[in-house]
Amino acid sequence: MEIGFTIRNNQYYDSVFLMGTNNKISEVDGVINSAVLMGTESNKKLLSEIGVNDPQIDKATPNDLIVTLIAESEEIIRLVLDDLDHWFEGAQDQTSEFQLKTLEDGLGHKPGANLVAISVPGEYAFREAKKALEKGLNVFLFSSNVPISEELALKQYAHENGLLVMGPDCGTSIIGGVGIGFANKVRKGNIGVVGASGTGLQEYTSLVHNAGFGISHAIGTGSHDLSDDIGGITTLAALEALEKDPTTQVIAIISKPPGIDTLKLINNTVSSFSKPVIGCFLGLGHTYDQELQSIILARNVDKAVLSTINALGGQIAGLGIELGEKELSLLEDEKSKFSQSQKYVRGVFAGGTFCYQAQQIFQDSGIDVFSNTPISTKWALSNPDISKEHTLVDMGDDLYTVSRPHPMIDGTFRWKRILEESKDALVAVLLIDIILGFNASTDPVGDIIDAIIEAKQLAQTRGDHLCVVASVCGTDEDFQSKALQVEILEQAGVIVFNSNSKAASFCAKLLD
Amino acid sequence: MAIINNDLLNQPLIIINIGVQKFAESLSGQEVQVVHIDWSPPAGGDEEMIDLLDELL
Repeated sequence: MEIGFTIRNNQYYDSVFLMGTNNKISEVDGVINSAVLMGTESNKKLLSEIGVNDPQIDKATPNDLIVTLIAESEEIIRLVLDDLDHWFEGAQDQTSEFQLKTLEDGLGHKPGANLVAISVPGEYAFREAKKALEKGLNVFLFSSNVPISEELALKQYAHENGLLVMGPDCGTSIIGGVGIGFANKVRKGNIGVVGASGTGLQEYTSLVHNAGFGISHAIGTGSHDLSDDIGGITTLAALEALEKDPTTQVIAIISKPPGIDTLKLINNTVSSFSKPVIGCFLGLGHTYDQELQSIILARNVDKAVLSTINALGGQIAGLGIELGEKELSLLEDEKSKFSQSQKYVRGVFAGGTFCYQAQQIFQDSGIDVFSNTPISTKWALSNPDISKEHTLVDMGDDLYTVSRPHPMIDGTFRWKRILEESKDALVAVLLIDIILGFNASTDPVGDIIDAIIEAKQLAQTRGDHLCVVASVCGTDEDFQSKALQVEILEQAGVIVFNSNSKAASFCAKLLD
Repeated sequence: MAIINNDLLNQPLIIINIGVQKFAESLSGQEVQVVHIDWSPPAGGDEEMIDLLDELL
């Protein structure tokens, strides 16, 4: 085994491009491990952990590209490193014409710009977002790991200046039919939605589309917006905008539990609205139902879609967590295949909201589940890398995405965890989510299907049966071909549902 | 009360993308006016230098 590396000074690439390049290099015959990354402190630590240490690496800066290889021979290392330009082809296709380096350069080319989409590493996000706001531009801030004090400062500035800051940690928005970040391709319509949860917004807008309705705007706020620290600054601005928007006829809010003071503020604000407002605050429980008279409350995203359609005077069948006759029959069939010892569910999620909503559905069914993002701290995993009893893991949590692309873009990190879970002979059910849409993996099922097949075979070899259940979030208009993704899953013996609520509900009943 | 005074929801989007290039590609694929900034950490990522730059500018 040989180790080799090269450093290119002042050659910066974004994390998504680096991941794609790393994937290509890792497929070269004889390459055991590879890392293509920028010289940040956390990346240098990662390299050290896999046994790559060198004074030159220590000196690298966040602007310096590091390509590291662990391979079977020196020849293979030279084959890759001596021809590095080949692997970086296409990196600058979009920019080669202009070579724009700053926001000011961008404004020179697009003086009428009205939105800046920012996805730089979290430590630089405040600086770029503040500059954009000071130039009178709205901001979509995808970057995560931004301190709450910086988020508050950005949002206060935006509020004082009549601007909108979507984020930080904002995965999804759809403005006038344009999907920004991770968004699904949905038809235009008269339903407006505000979401403190990217995958929650994706699920809601996809289910609306799949039910035959459409979206006017879906405004992401960032996951911390409804905390009492932030006070819902963006949510309130977005709600006001949707109330005034002539296209929007009904408004929904999708979020994890908000701060209680903020929730009351939202309730007071929408009490004067002319349009119905549906609220899905996952994990909230029923404690505040009486105080939230101005909001039509929905326990999960499916029910929020149902309530929205009802508010428009429409009806739709098949949504919600209740199982149909065919699904109940499938349930009994699966249960009959488990061994006596098999009793636990493991969830390996790309979408944070899916992990959270599934926990709520299990909890409502009387099943306590551990998680790295638990509904209650009582159910926090002591080591997020090691599951115990019933466990649902959010692989898109900040913990797993520092210096690494989100699992919606790169499923390979989830691959390892799926196999780990299947090695536990007490596990009966594996629950996963597949997320389609703009900027997501071109083949999210393909990223993990081999792991699913191997996991099922592993259980079979032991004489057990691993039931794999998946929800697919997306529409028939997403570029990944939803029908094909579902077909591949089903051919591998995976039970597929159109919503996370229903998939989780099915799993909960499997454990009865 | 929070008010967005620039009517973002009712005009065509013109977007400046800073960071992940793929986001710009997906926007141009939707026929949105977008320009991508070839961003890299300012001052080589040196925090002290960045603070100094911010104070000067």
